[in-house]
Amino acid sequence: MIKLKKSDYETILAHAKKEAPVEACGLIAGRIEGDDKIIEKVYILTNVDHAEEHFTLDPREQLAAVKDMRANGYEQLGNWHSHPVSPSRPSDEDKRLAYDSTASYMILSLMDDEPVLNSFHVENNVSSKEELVIE
Amino acid sequence: MKITVAGKIKEYDDGITVAKLVELENVETPEYVTVTVNDEFVESHDFANTTIKDGDTVEFLYFMGGGC
Repeated sequence: MIKLKKSDYETILAHAKKEAPVEACGLIAGRIEGDDKIIEKVYILTNVDHAEEHFTLDPREQLAAVKDMRANGYEQLGNWHSHPVSPSRPSDEDKRLAYDSTASYMILSLMDDEPVLNSFHVENNVSSKEELVIE
Repeated sequence: MKITVAGKIKEYDDGITVAKLVELENVETPEYVTVTVNDEFVESHDFANTTIKDGDTVEFLYFMGGGC
């Protein structure tokens, strides 16, 4: 199970809506308790691709985020990105580039009136949905 | 020499290169890794000729990207 604070969800949603139709992206960090991941902080990073169909995290901002995680005692839990006009599921490219099987990959879809956020585990190019709790 | 790798102080032989450190640290999927030395980004084609010095701070940043 992966747990996200409602306020952090709203932060992600607001940023993704502001960036649309360009994909928005960032990192998630926090604690691991047994099989559960508790997200303590979400990081908003620049999509250096500035594209509607791709994202790449800004490496300089990624470096700053990693240092901040370390300073706060957080573990990097994965990343998030938006799909402005496609469903909340990993694309072929998402799966191909998801090389870390320990990470959670969160995808926020804005394609419908109601946004949809899901979290995925990806291993050997196969994705499975994780239980996501927003509260 | 003592260097800091991903926040941890480690001891390595003097004069090792970034390429050697990537190998010694068992970095997975090194083709997807960006390396910084003292916050300066090292291009992958410079890994083999960039020497790490005593007291340096090294970070490995994994490429993160995707599509839609």
